[in-house]
Amino acid sequence: MTVLVYAEHDNVVLKSDTAKVVHAASQMDSEVHVLVAGSGCADVANQAATINGVSKVLIADSEEYKHQLAENIASLMIEVGNGYEYLVACASTVGKNFMPRVAALLDVAQISDIIGVEPDNIFTRPIYAGNAIARVQSTDKTKVITVRSSAFDHPGDGDSAPCETIELKIQSEKSSFISEELTKSERPELGAADVIISGGRGMQNGENFALLEGIADKLGAAIGASRAAVDAGFVPNDMQIGQTGKIVAPQLYIAVGISGAIQHLAGMKDSKVIVAVNKDEEAPIFQVADYGLVGDLFDVLPELEALL
Amino acid sequence: MKILVPVKRVIDYNVKVRVKPDESGVDLSNTKMALNPFCEIAVEEAIRLKEKGIATEVVIVSIGDKSCQEQIRSALALGADRGIHVQTDSSLDSLPVAKLLRCIVEKESPQLVILGKQSIDSDNNQTGQMLAALLDFPQGTFASELSVENDIVKVTREVDGGLQTVALNLPAIVTTDLRLNEPRYASLPNIMKAKRKPLDVIEAASLNVSLSSNVKVLSVSAPAGRKAGIKVADAVELINKLKNEAKVIS
Repeated sequence: MTVLVYAEHDNVVLKSDTAKVVHAASQMDSEVHVLVAGSGCADVANQAATINGVSKVLIADSEEYKHQLAENIASLMIEVGNGYEYLVACASTVGKNFMPRVAALLDVAQISDIIGVEPDNIFTRPIYAGNAIARVQSTDKTKVITVRSSAFDHPGDGDSAPCETIELKIQSEKSSFISEELTKSERPELGAADVIISGGRGMQNGENFALLEGIADKLGAAIGASRAAVDAGFVPNDMQIGQTGKIVAPQLYIAVGISGAIQHLAGMKDSKVIVAVNKDEEAPIFQVADYGLVGDLFDVLPELEALL
Repeated sequence: MKILVPVKRVIDYNVKVRVKPDESGVDLSNTKMALNPFCEIAVEEAIRLKEKGIATEVVIVSIGDKSCQEQIRSALALGADRGIHVQTDSSLDSLPVAKLLRCIVEKESPQLVILGKQSIDSDNNQTGQMLAALLDFPQGTFASELSVENDIVKVTREVDGGLQTVALNLPAIVTTDLRLNEPRYASLPNIMKAKRKPLDVIEAASLNVSLSSNVKVLSVSAPAGRKAGIKVADAVELINKLKNEAKVIS
C-alpha cells in the first residue's frame, strides 16, 4: 500500500520538484519511499532522505542510470516498484519520458500531470491546455501517476530517513547516450523560482532579452519566454512557458511584451501575482493580470530596473 | 525504409474550449477540428526523410470514427503515400491506442514510427512511449532534430535545462517537439491528388485488443477563473503596488 516516488536530480543536487511530488504522494498514502537512480548520486539520496514525509530512500547507483535513459529507468522502476500501489514521478521531461513505458509494461493506464489528490483514488488533472479540469478515478491495481509539481507546496525538511542500496544494473542494448548541452545560468530554475520575468514577441529580438536581465538580477528572478519568442528564434526552447513548455506558478510573474495566447496562459495562470506590461491595451494578458501597465516595454523596463 | 506516422484528429488549436453544462465533457459539436499540431510536425518530418531519399514510403494511421479520415487525407495531401483508418466509435485512452498501433506496426513493419509528443486535447503525452514499451523499441521523445545513419537514428531531445542527444537502434519510436520543423501547407493539386491515394479501413474490433480502461472520467469542469486586476499608470505605481499591496517584493 506504499508509494514509490522517482527522484529528479542531476546526480549531484536533488530538484526541489521532487519534494513537491512527495507532498502529493503523501496524500495518496502515508508511507512514501523515494527511488534515487543515477551515477555517483549518494548526495542526492541524502537530500531526499530529509524531505518531510519520506520514510525510506532506495538508491540505485550505477553508470547505466547516469543519463536517465527511458529504457533503463523504466525497467528499473518496474523491478523496484513491484509491490507498491502507487508509482509516482514529476511531470518533467524525465518523468514524461519513462513513466508511460512503466504503465504500458504493467498493462495499466497512466494518469498524467495531476494537480489534486482526493480520497478513493480520485485525481484532478488539466486537459485542453488547462481550459478544462478532469476528475478521474482509477481502479487499476498499480496507479502510475505523474505530478505537476507547481500545484503542490514544498513539504519542508524533517528527520533523515534510512537509505537502502539497490544492487540492480539494467542496460538496454538498443539505446545509448551521445551528448548533452545544458544551458548554464546563475539564475534560479524556472520550476523553483519565486519570481519569473518573461518576454514575448514584443521583445523584437534575442538581444533585447538583456533588458529583462537587470530586473531579474535585482529580484532574484528566473527568465522565461512565450512560445512566440521561442518560435521567432529569440531564445532557446528550454525557456518556454506554456502548454508545450514549462508550467510554473511563482509568487510573482511578470509578462513583458506577451499578448497572452491560451497556450501561454496555460503555463502561468496559477501564479500568485501576475503583472503584464504591453503596449496593446486590448491584449488578452490583461484579463488575467493583477496589475497591468499599458506602455512601451522599451521605456518601462529601464524605469523598473532603476526603481528596484 | 518505411515510416509509420500515427495521427490524431483534435479540436483546432485556435478554438476556445467550452465545457458542457452537465460537466460530462467538452462540447465538440459544430467545432472546427484539425490535425493535432504535433502530429503535423511528425508528418512533415517523415515527408522530409522521404524527400532526402532516406524513407521509401510514408504511411499514415489514425484511430477513431469515420471523421478522422479527413485528417488522414490532410496528411496524404502533405505528401504521405497511403493511409490506414482503424475504425472505432469509442473514445480511447492512450494504452488501448498504443495496443492498436502495435498491431499496425506488426503488420506494416516500419523501421521508424514518428508521433506527436502529445495531443492538445487530452494533453497526456503517453502514446509514443507506451507503443515503444509494448514493442520493446527504443524511444527518442520530444525530438528537435533527427538524423538516420545506417541502422541508427540519432535524436536530439528537448529536455528541462537544455538538449540531450541519444542514438537508437532501428526500429525505433520518435516523438516530435515544436522545433523539429515547420510544417508545409498542402497545395490545391496535392489536396486533389490525396483523394485518390489508397486508404484502407480496419475495424478496431478485428484486432483483438482490449479497448477498456480502468481510469474513468467522473467530471470535466471549467477551471477556476482569474479576474482581471487593475491598470497602473506607470512604473512607480507598479512598484509601489507590488511592495505595499501584493507584498511580493521588498
